[in-house]
Amino acid sequence: MSQTLIKDGSISTDNWVLLAADTLGDTQADKLAQHDGDDIIVPLNCWLEIREQLLARPGKTGVWLQSNETPLALAEDLSRLPLIALNFPAFSDGRAYSSARELRQNMGYTGELRAIGDVLRDQLFYMARCGFNAFALRDDQNADAALGALTDFRDAYQASVDRPEPLFRRRA
Amino acid sequence: MYRYDNYDHQMLADRVAQFRDQTSRYLAGQLSDSEFLPLRLQNGLYVQRLAPMLRIAIPYGMLSSTQLRKLAHIADYYDKGYAHLTTRQNIQFNWPALAEVPDILAHLAEVEMHAIQTSGNCIRNTTTDQFAGVSADEVEDARAYCEIIRQWSTFHPEFAYLPRKFKIAVCGTRRDQAATQVHDIGLYIVRNDAGDIGFRVLVGGGLGRTPVIGSEICEFLPQQHLLSYLDAILRVYNREGRRDNKYKARIKILVKESGVDNFRDKVEAEWQAIKDGPMTLTQDEVERCRAFFHDPAYKDLPAQSDTLKQALSSDVMFAAWYQQNVAAHKKQGYAIVTICVKKTGFAPGDLDSAQMRFVADMADTYSFGEMRIAHTQNIVFADVEQDQLYQLWQNLKTQDLEADNLGLLNDMICCPGGDFCALANAKSIPIAESIQRRFSHEELRDIGSVSLNISGCMNACGHHHVGNIGILGVDKKGEEYYQVSLGGSADNNTALGKIVGPAFSQDEIPVVIEKIVAVYKKSREPQEAFLNTYNRIGMEPFKDALYGSKDKSRSAQGAAS
Repeated sequence: MSQTLIKDGSISTDNWVLLAADTLGDTQADKLAQHDGDDIIVPLNCWLEIREQLLARPGKTGVWLQSNETPLALAEDLSRLPLIALNFPAFSDGRAYSSARELRQNMGYTGELRAIGDVLRDQLFYMARCGFNAFALRDDQNADAALGALTDFRDAYQASVDRPEPLFRRRA
Repeated sequence: MYRYDNYDHQMLADRVAQFRDQTSRYLAGQLSDSEFLPLRLQNGLYVQRLAPMLRIAIPYGMLSSTQLRKLAHIADYYDKGYAHLTTRQNIQFNWPALAEVPDILAHLAEVEMHAIQTSGNCIRNTTTDQFAGVSADEVEDARAYCEIIRQWSTFHPEFAYLPRKFKIAVCGTRRDQAATQVHDIGLYIVRNDAGDIGFRVLVGGGLGRTPVIGSEICEFLPQQHLLSYLDAILRVYNREGRRDNKYKARIKILVKESGVDNFRDKVEAEWQAIKDGPMTLTQDEVERCRAFFHDPAYKDLPAQSDTLKQALSSDVMFAAWYQQNVAAHKKQGYAIVTICVKKTGFAPGDLDSAQMRFVADMADTYSFGEMRIAHTQNIVFADVEQDQLYQLWQNLKTQDLEADNLGLLNDMICCPGGDFCALANAKSIPIAESIQRRFSHEELRDIGSVSLNISGCMNACGHHHVGNIGILGVDKKGEEYYQVSLGGSADNNTALGKIVGPAFSQDEIPVVIEKIVAVYKKSREPQEAFLNTYNRIGMEPFKDALYGSKDKSRSAQGAAS
């Protein structure tokens, strides 16, 4: 089964190429040449090193963060990034939930925020509430079931990205 | 107590449906063990030594008679007819079948109960003083704030996969009975000079492998900022707490490693970004939650009850129970009763279904149909008329619930231990019983107030670090041994006990406790409680009594282990 992308509440085709951390480095220029014209998602360190070169390419550029990397590193770049992806090295590593909220609520990021890595249907509802609007599901995940998981709950108590007013301000 | 509205009911129904689906996918092989693990844990389900264990939340200990009857039903139909009160004011069943857990959760939902976040690396049941709202010396009833925190923490999307579990306690009474200082976050309700309510915030307390007393990071947090400040603390922890080592993953390690001032600065920075936003508590919401905890319809009663006075003078057994288990109430003519679930021969904190139904009936008759579970694994009837205490006691006797040992040596905190728990290194229930059997009723009264806490492993569910006497089960080359500590305390002056020396075998423990008690009795000044004597005379006399001239080889072996 190939990887499925859910974006903005529906199953979607993925036009982005995710470049792993070890595919870039000393030979960045060569690697990038292979993806000439593609829309690519590069690791944070790559972005920080050759930002201008990336932006000069014909394709679009997004950045992905490892779970221990802070989105503050992108504070100056948000308006130039149509996509930021946050990696879940394991679904039990919850750091990216905080990064997502940080990006959306504190930093005001409005582009695509994509969950990548160990992305499973049982975590999608919380991810969406923290501000992810795109989910690159792990290969074995059933896309329709995952879509359904986005509506596991009809309401929630807390303030969240998808619904900034907490329930106590809405309770009838 | 808090009652659900349509929103609460709907979310709980959605949760039951979600877990039913997850369980069926697991049973069909579509979810791996490791993927199902956090999902079941966040619904209170452990896989134990002999069977799964299901831990059900009792939010800040508040329980109604209707809910307790439902628990009795579950005990009979899905378990083996009993349940165990826990140190997080929860209750757990030891024998449910995994496939039936969704049905149990559906039953619980009918009475506004659940097992949400009673386990796993998430925010657990918020706890408080079991005398909240009825204590004569209270700053403010903590329960409304506990409920506000319950709702904020329930299904919090950002904090479901924390580095490790996270426990919050709120204390609004002047005498802290909630072990507030050994929580990941401890909140003391305080008033400032203007009379406004706020919180003194402690962070980084905890027991487990590395016991730590919490450090103050905010002297006065105005109440409207409670949730944004909690969010800020949790976000710093979620981002920066260690994930490389399970034993260093609690927030206490992060606070220690980064230093409390540095940690405070980080929280402050995070908080400034979200402060005064939609999370700010409204006065309406505080009032709405407070209204659930308004006083019940108290009668106007005389300060002195003649019925009580007469019973006290005519029945010495009752008088003994009254003296030990009944506390002063804020309302004239009422009393707070603690039903001590520590009768010798019964596992501490265990209730069978007949007792549950009986306690529910008693609560209906004598205490407005409500009760509280204490973290010391006892049951509190918070609003009993003094006139009715004697009747209540006579009733309690018929179900083995009249133990008059509250706060005494055999009112111990005790985890389920190696008899049930897969994590345990050693058994704890038989240890508790062997100690209970060692001391007579008269001896216990003579010894007076002392806390004895027993954990079967260093996860410290039995709070052994903060017992005046603590016992910890350890594994020594495959054999069960018990390490004894002295001087712990979980009150306003929380202290961590110090280990006396090399561990003892199970058989030795009753004698060890007897020797410790003998040193105390010999050294105490009139009216001096165990802990005070210990603090005055120190560890040496106890050490001498326990190891004294005993063969040195043993001490050497212990020191090396």
